[in-house]
Amino acid sequence: MADTDEDVRMVTAEGAEVASKPKHSGFWNTSVGLVLIILPIVLFLFSLAIGAYHVTPSQVIRVLLGHITGNMPSDVSSLSASIIWDVRLPRVISAALVGAGLSVAGAVFQGIFKNPLASPYTLGVSNGAGFGAALAIVLSLGAAFVQLFAVAFGLLAVALTFLIASRGRRNTVTLVLAGMLIGALFSSLVSLLKFTADPTEKLPQIVYWLMGSLSGVGFDSLLKIVPFYVLCLIVVFLYRWRTNVLALGDQEARSFGINVRRDRAVVVGASSMLTALSVSLAGIIGWVGIVVPHLARMLVGPDFRRLIPASVSLGICYLLVIDDICRTLAAVEIPIGVITGIIGVPMFLYFIYKKKVNW
Amino acid sequence: MKLEVNDITFGYTGERNVLENLSLTYETPDVMCILGSNGQGKSTLLQCIIGAFHVQKGSILVDGKPVTSYHPRDFARKIAYIPQSHTPSFAYPVIDIVTMGRTARMGYFANPSHEDRVAAMEQLEYLGIDRLANQPYTQISGGERQLVMIASALAQAPELLILDEPTAHLDFGNAYKFVQLVNRLRDRGMGVLMTTHFPDHALELHGRTAIMSKGHVASMGEASEVITNESMSKLYGIEVHVEHIASRTTCIPGPLD
Repeated sequence: MADTDEDVRMVTAEGAEVASKPKHSGFWNTSVGLVLIILPIVLFLFSLAIGAYHVTPSQVIRVLLGHITGNMPSDVSSLSASIIWDVRLPRVISAALVGAGLSVAGAVFQGIFKNPLASPYTLGVSNGAGFGAALAIVLSLGAAFVQLFAVAFGLLAVALTFLIASRGRRNTVTLVLAGMLIGALFSSLVSLLKFTADPTEKLPQIVYWLMGSLSGVGFDSLLKIVPFYVLCLIVVFLYRWRTNVLALGDQEARSFGINVRRDRAVVVGASSMLTALSVSLAGIIGWVGIVVPHLARMLVGPDFRRLIPASVSLGICYLLVIDDICRTLAAVEIPIGVITGIIGVPMFLYFIYKKKVNW
Repeated sequence: MKLEVNDITFGYTGERNVLENLSLTYETPDVMCILGSNGQGKSTLLQCIIGAFHVQKGSILVDGKPVTSYHPRDFARKIAYIPQSHTPSFAYPVIDIVTMGRTARMGYFANPSHEDRVAAMEQLEYLGIDRLANQPYTQISGGERQLVMIASALAQAPELLILDEPTAHLDFGNAYKFVQLVNRLRDRGMGVLMTTHFPDHALELHGRTAIMSKGHVASMGEASEVITNESMSKLYGIEVHVEHIASRTTCIPGPLD
């Protein structure tokens, strides 16, 4: 009898191992890891090469190397070099930063809020940022202030959300509800600004900004955000294990010795900042922060130690591809926020249909 | 470790007091069961003890220090708390969940080391569920999930385990196995403080027992002294008979004839 029990147990133990093999075997992990490293680099170079003005991938690499070594290749025309370096490079870097930023923030928000529909915009960042940008546009303050106001009001919205939530039961549900309220408030304020804005000049600018676009991003607006962006990414990365524990639940995390309110505020704050910076660069680009984390979780599992790097990689790839589509699909550039929705929603529905959105 | 609850009063904002002038003391290693009918504030008391709720009056001391003044990390090294049921959100492998119990013993920005994973695996082996190590936490049964949470709590290496109605979601057999597990934990020197709806479990554990009624402790003592026909009938509002069968004692609800 005891022997039979032992046998049954061994069978289940083996069964468990076999069942978990495809996701955890060394070969799978290494392959996924390699693809996640190589794919964004290839897409990055590819994105620099494509566009209305034709340049070859080899020209791209030589121009990039030329700028690094200070030794410009003689056989590439200065126009090609300028298009690669001054026009496409800042834009492609922006696409990469925005894609990675929104994806990481989305992964963190979904984890912390334990909700498949949570996105970087859950706490009202996007509506706040949209209001800030619209305000700067209405006041004719110039591009630098549009960016600055977007970040400032995006963070103000999150701060208000935390403030409201701190009066309630102080759990994640209150935080999400407070975020919805603040988002709705700023959304109404944006409508008010749109209503009062000059319909021939300001209104199209506001609408265009809200749809999200990477056209016209230069090194100047890029460099302003990079230090903060990198800082936030480092913070999120340092907290990757604590985020795992927070994703287990408030009570459990607390019992495991985590200061839930403080650590959650740090992680959510850094992610919100990442979102605000991304939005300040490209406007409101939806669905990236929802779809990419799900895709990443399907590939590497829910562990933030792997989920964060995977989200960075896939976020870069996703937005580079989408921006390439925006630039090349039609004679007129299509706003990127439109395409992310058109591609993102069917993808999300596919995940649900295939039960890939599992917990 | 010594736990002192001194004359506490607690009520949710704007509502009547759930706990009123409640006092109890407890010292590890020992088992303590808190009995009480629904809505008597058992869970609320546990939330106050772990410092999640702040009492309006009185004090709760762990080793002479107020629970709310503890650093969460230091507190986790003394007390582990397991909620009634845990709804899993993400498909973490079981071993990762148990390793999370090591967080209070790791550096602030550290990832679990090889030793942490070994310690986690040891607890899974101790509870006989090491075969689940690589299974997704979302795909195991409720009983197994509770054992996993207990393994996480043990990996934390606390002095006291606080459980909120641990047997509420377990079937008849698993509930009995759980009581045996608590006995094993006590033998290992672990303190266990739990709320339960089953006086039989308190009798089986031969530990200290507190009966909660209307927000305070009505009586406290050894299980066999506190659990009587009268006290149980009063507590649950039905006729209860405490009967001895062989070497065991059990409570039978309802009239015997």
